[in-house]
Amino acid sequence: MKQLEALTQQARETAEQPIQWHSKGTAINEMPLSDDENEVARVMQICNACRYCEGFCAVFPAMTRRLEFGKADINYLANLCHNCGACLHACQYAPPHEFGVNVPQAMAKVRVQTYTDYAWPAALGKLYKHNGLTLSLAAAGALALFLVLTISITGGLLHEPLAGDFYAIFPHNTLALMFGLVFVFAIVALGIGVTRFWRDVSPGTASGAAVAQATHDALRLKYLDGGHGKGCNNADDAFTLARRRFHHLTFYGFMLCFAATCVATIYHYVFGWEAPYPYFSLPVILGTLGGIGLLIGPAGLLWLNIKRHPLQGDAAQRPMDRGFIALLFLVSLTGLLLLGLRETSVMGLMLAIHLGTVMALFLTLPYGKFAHGIYRCASLLKSAIEKRQPDSLKLGSD
Amino acid sequence: MIDVLVIGGGNAALCAALMAREAGASVLLLEAAPKEWRGGNSQHTRNLRCMHDAPQDVLVDAYPEEEYWQDLLKVTGGITNEHLARLVIRESSTCRDWMRKHGVNFQPPLSGALHVARTNAFFMGGGKALVNAYYRSAEALGVQIRYEAPVDAIELDNGRFVAARIGDERITARSCVLAAGGFESNREWLREAWGQNERGEWPADNFLIRGTRFNMGVLLKFMIDAGADTIGDPSQSHCVAIDARAPLYDGGICTRIDCVSLGVVVNREAKRFYDEGEDFWPKRYAIWGRLTAMQPGQIAYSIIDAKAIGRFMPPVFPGVKADTLPELARKLGLDEAQFMRTLTDYNTACRVGTFDHTKLDDCHTEGVEPIKTHWARPIDTAPFYGYALRPGITFTYLGLKVDDTAAVRFNDEPSDNLFVAGEMMAGNVLGKGYTAGVGMSIGTAFGRIAGTRAAASALAQRAQGAQREAA
Repeated sequence: MKQLEALTQQARETAEQPIQWHSKGTAINEMPLSDDENEVARVMQICNACRYCEGFCAVFPAMTRRLEFGKADINYLANLCHNCGACLHACQYAPPHEFGVNVPQAMAKVRVQTYTDYAWPAALGKLYKHNGLTLSLAAAGALALFLVLTISITGGLLHEPLAGDFYAIFPHNTLALMFGLVFVFAIVALGIGVTRFWRDVSPGTASGAAVAQATHDALRLKYLDGGHGKGCNNADDAFTLARRRFHHLTFYGFMLCFAATCVATIYHYVFGWEAPYPYFSLPVILGTLGGIGLLIGPAGLLWLNIKRHPLQGDAAQRPMDRGFIALLFLVSLTGLLLLGLRETSVMGLMLAIHLGTVMALFLTLPYGKFAHGIYRCASLLKSAIEKRQPDSLKLGSD
Repeated sequence: MIDVLVIGGGNAALCAALMAREAGASVLLLEAAPKEWRGGNSQHTRNLRCMHDAPQDVLVDAYPEEEYWQDLLKVTGGITNEHLARLVIRESSTCRDWMRKHGVNFQPPLSGALHVARTNAFFMGGGKALVNAYYRSAEALGVQIRYEAPVDAIELDNGRFVAARIGDERITARSCVLAAGGFESNREWLREAWGQNERGEWPADNFLIRGTRFNMGVLLKFMIDAGADTIGDPSQSHCVAIDARAPLYDGGICTRIDCVSLGVVVNREAKRFYDEGEDFWPKRYAIWGRLTAMQPGQIAYSIIDAKAIGRFMPPVFPGVKADTLPELARKLGLDEAQFMRTLTDYNTACRVGTFDHTKLDDCHTEGVEPIKTHWARPIDTAPFYGYALRPGITFTYLGLKVDDTAAVRFNDEPSDNLFVAGEMMAGNVLGKGYTAGVGMSIGTAFGRIAGTRAAASALAQRAQGAQREAA
């Protein structure tokens, strides 16, 4: 028996020799990896030797085109990951296995770092760190601003009914200027961030087909379908299409509201038709439909987020996720309430609250969960481009 | 009393439980492992070898019964049972719709596995996804499931199943399916099975277990001691050469080293010992475990140079890297002079024609022992890499002898309510050797048969009982 023990001990020591994981150094990859990036590199090295999850999403096929994982590769793969959870529940190496492979969690941790690293101006990247606080302060500040403005303009929070005329309280040009400036800033900030990201992941040139595929994959949330069409994981190893559907309601609700604003802007400046618009006018119909989507979608996403398996994703990002979801819900709720109450004496109050939440949303667009859509789309486009390039690896007959 | 008791929690057990439940029996499944480790070795599998006469969803071309049978005949060296093998083969052509019904998803072959696009249907997400799907389906159908329920004894009455025991707990059922795996996790038993070699070593002490740590062979041993008919050699198993740094258990697929045919393999004495280019790696990987087990210290080293990089599936751990061959020998702890003699002999013996890793090319050696028949190119381009290899056991082939009813037999008499499936009887079809995906074919075919038979046996007993009561 002594001999057996000695030999098992020896085997164990061989097994426990410190293992050096691959790392790579080219271009942007000269920069050292952060701990979270190192974890993705480690996990990808294991996944690349297994590959069972290749059918679930775009991350694993992209992984198989690489033997080593540098900083840019890791940031690209992390943002390509939709946190669908399929690979976690299917993983033979997931905890409690000693390899402790948790792809969705490792990717999520790097994603928030991508948003932070590429944020413009760089100093504001810190806002991702305590994002729940960021969102709360933005909401409180913006609300206070509009309440104070309302009081100073109308002399109080209540007023005689104004037949839904917002501009009696806030002149149209004031609103257009305030929101226009903040919105343009958000677009510029996100644009600069994603452009830098795009350059670092060295994507190559986008063909029409690649753009079409990326657009399709983004708009249909292809990678929340699980690869088999039954959906992604949420609370456990069962598949559900709920997340995909609630996200569609949220995204398309948001887009309808945005379209409502655009149509109203055209009405105002091109045709000189001023708000308030009747209930069955195009801007109000678009806004109402979008608003309903933006109530149900975020409510469903919040419910799914609360039910989510604790290992799926990064628990530290819940305040960011839920804060953003809550803000979207509030924007929609206050907008619909404003519509319903616009003939009454609380219109001014509702308007102030609604504008406050919208302003909070706009202010935090470049420094909150909204960024995921931008970086995700960039990564989907890179994936679509890369798929069309020849694979440099020749894995022979095996 | 429960109708059908299924002992085990992997693919075969789940197939049996689902079939029995579908047949109308009440079913209790006992899995020895805790929930997070459920599924035995099935959690590490990735595909099912399937017969098909025409292209079928994820399978291309055709893989007719005869070809499948010939493949099996070849890898087992004839140590198989043609009747049972053909039963498995035919079953593999029809079981996939049933698998899909219970939530299993199939996908085209993984990148790096195109060579089996014709013969093997891959589970999307691998075996753990399949196991998860079966458990979900079983729960939905009302199969009772208990984890951490390791059965340690069976009560038998003249070849009939009476009850299973977990310590002091006694669980009775009208019929029972044994599908609790081989004995590969039982290091003492492996040690005994492999014995001591001419060098005084106990080879099995240096084996790594690729799969679950829960297959201790408790039930297999119990049934052998209880006089059940057995089949197979205890030293035969699915045994491949894996990375020596792999964990002691559950290393699974990712610990394999796929560069053997692109370089040379030397033993602890820095000498080559087998033709590394005999055939395509997928047809040879299953012999290198045993080859390595025969070497001193049960260790071997796969040596490649820079030309091989990017031509094989990336190993999970990086290789030992060196700029010169002597440096590599030193880093691997091999005798430098002997290592250089071996490599120089090999390099000068290489007759390089047109290298093509996708076919049996004309690059070979002349005047060196052992020869390398294909893909022989000098190892001369830095950097050089070395990977230490150990035998990795997937599952053992010693099992209970069955016929096409999956009934456990005593003195060649079948039990009428005790059945067996999966690794516990795979040795009936697999006497030695292995070919990818056939373990799941056997487990699925016999799991389904055992479940159906067990349900029929239980329902017949219930009907008899009702008749007696009525009388």
